[in-house]
Amino acid sequence: MSDTTQNGPVLAADGTPLKRSLAKALRMQKLRALMLIAPLLLFILVTFILPVGDMLFRSVDNRIVQEVLPNTVRALETWDPASSEIPDEAVFAALAVDLKAAAEIKVHTKVAKRLNYENPGLSSVFRKSGRKVRKWDVENEGPYKERLIELNDGWADIELWRTIKTYSGTRTMGYFLNAVDMKLGATGAEVRPETERIYNTMLIRTMRMSLIITFSCIMLGYPVAWLLANITTRSANMLMILVLLPFWTSLLVRTSSWKILLQQQGVINDVLVWIGLVGDDNRLVLINNELGTIIAMTHILLPFMILPMYSVMQTIQPTYLRAAKSLGATNWTAFWRVYFPQSVPGIGAGSILVFILAVGYYITPALVGGTKGTFISNLIAYHISTSGNWGLGAALGAILLAVVLVLYWVYDKIVGIDNVKLG
Amino acid sequence: MSALPPYATTGQRAWYYSFRVICGLIFFFLIAPIVVIIPLSFNSQDFFTFTPEMLRLDPEGFSLKHYRDFFSNDSWQSAMWNSLKIAPMATIVSVTFGTLAAIGLSQPHVPFRRAIMAILISPMIVPLIISAAGMYFFYSRIGLQGTYIGVVLAHAALGIPFVIITVTATLVGFDRSLTRAAANMGADPVTTFFRIQMPLILPGVISGGLFAFITSFDEVVVVLFVGSAGQKTLPWQMFIGLREQISPTILAVATILVAISIMLLATVEMLRRRSERLRGMSPS
Repeated sequence: MSDTTQNGPVLAADGTPLKRSLAKALRMQKLRALMLIAPLLLFILVTFILPVGDMLFRSVDNRIVQEVLPNTVRALETWDPASSEIPDEAVFAALAVDLKAAAEIKVHTKVAKRLNYENPGLSSVFRKSGRKVRKWDVENEGPYKERLIELNDGWADIELWRTIKTYSGTRTMGYFLNAVDMKLGATGAEVRPETERIYNTMLIRTMRMSLIITFSCIMLGYPVAWLLANITTRSANMLMILVLLPFWTSLLVRTSSWKILLQQQGVINDVLVWIGLVGDDNRLVLINNELGTIIAMTHILLPFMILPMYSVMQTIQPTYLRAAKSLGATNWTAFWRVYFPQSVPGIGAGSILVFILAVGYYITPALVGGTKGTFISNLIAYHISTSGNWGLGAALGAILLAVVLVLYWVYDKIVGIDNVKLG
Repeated sequence: MSALPPYATTGQRAWYYSFRVICGLIFFFLIAPIVVIIPLSFNSQDFFTFTPEMLRLDPEGFSLKHYRDFFSNDSWQSAMWNSLKIAPMATIVSVTFGTLAAIGLSQPHVPFRRAIMAILISPMIVPLIISAAGMYFFYSRIGLQGTYIGVVLAHAALGIPFVIITVTATLVGFDRSLTRAAANMGADPVTTFFRIQMPLILPGVISGGLFAFITSFDEVVVVLFVGSAGQKTLPWQMFIGLREQISPTILAVATILVAISIMLLATVEMLRRRSERLRGMSPS
């Protein structure tokens, strides 16, 4: 300190003040670290984060209506959807212009498909009229209102116009509302009638089954982790192989194995019949239902529960248990009051991991779940690859992703992602 | 728990043994579904259960016909070759990028370390169906959907978290004074990396690579969306087989895959023990 006061700041060998020199060195170090990380970060951004973001955007994207029916949307601005009158001639004239233009490049079917998601039946109105209007002279062959209604009386339905008006913006909450079994009515969001609700049931089922799977993993994983943590390292290493082998075995191998074991003519039923527990004529139905999914997924995810539990239990001193017992605690009290609270972080880490992995499962429910045991992922896959309703698939995906990311954040807070162990 | 004390009461004895039986049953639950596939794959009939001949250990009941089918069937063979073409490339990409980044991440002062880590691990956490759908749309837009490169890039992204986790774990035990000593003796950073750091962290890098390999080799959801018929991999073929008409050839394929997993697991365990031994030898 005295140096500084007498001769100015401490200098590095090249004459710059030591403080600045150190700051510069630290900055260089940070920069070098970032340079090493940058290629991978860029790679992940392009190959993974951007695609996921792109898909999420589809859940609110509604540009198609304005792109295909620009004049109609503008003309509809003054129309009040709450009124009981269908729009006037000006709107119909605009529609005729739009329909003709769209039919010529064959995009009227796209908007028909889009609006049909919201109001089933709309698609045929657009398709049939589009084909005819294509041959019209849309400049001076009015009145279009009468002609269009004559062509297809669907145009006289006020609900059709309300749907177009509601979905005329470039962004929509419609897909998200659909994904939670609601719809965008003329006056705002409303709940769908009970018979049309499927997505909430599916979301709740996914959550419920993931919880059951997580719970079964805790019940099965805890004793094993305890055993592994309380025997000699040598035997623990040997037994650990039995935990790690399923972890390394192909997911499809394990799923096909369960599919074969759980069939009505499969090994498990054969054994049960042979023992005499079950009659040959009423073999158990273990597959293509919730039970099949739960059994197979518990088996598949169990290693993810055992590994974090084991690494926490390894750090618990056995002397604590002995101390508790020597102070007069029974075995149960010693376990419940002394050992168990210390093992809770392991249970927490394992449970979050298993739950995160379980809610997003696709392959196993698709193969052993039948119709009763499928998850929200299967519904997303259906909308992306079969029904073509990408927006709805994206909205369901966004909801699922939100659930997973919240749990990921919690996991990071309490466990830290750097502490994930893989065997 | 390690041993039952001589003064244990009957109740304690009963609990001690019943606890072990429970654990034994859980281990059975873990391992039996994998093991049972192996004898079933030698079935001479097209059944998915043990025939009376097999239970009598009659040689008539066993055959290699499902294996013969696997090696002579064109769609299985092309699926296997596709898997063998995609997985190693994806592994190389993720190991190269992943190792560099892991070294960067283990430097003492990295700004936003936590956030960067969270992003790099996310491919492991995000549900596969979401990654698959996103990649399907995005890759179609840039013309990578249905191409070999598209599938390799997608699989590389999925393998990266495993490389990052294993290599950073190895680097935690890495003694930094070794690189400083090398620099002190005149080695430039590149020489230091290849001659000092790389040999020491190699076990971690190889384990990470094996994880990345098995991730790609087993992956089916993303390849279903990003790939086209030309990239049909082994898991894809199995998935179709399981969903449409299940043929016993799957049992032979599954047995081969189990054998591969056992080999990979043995390698990783060996590397882990080796690096633990090395770490025990170097001064902490």
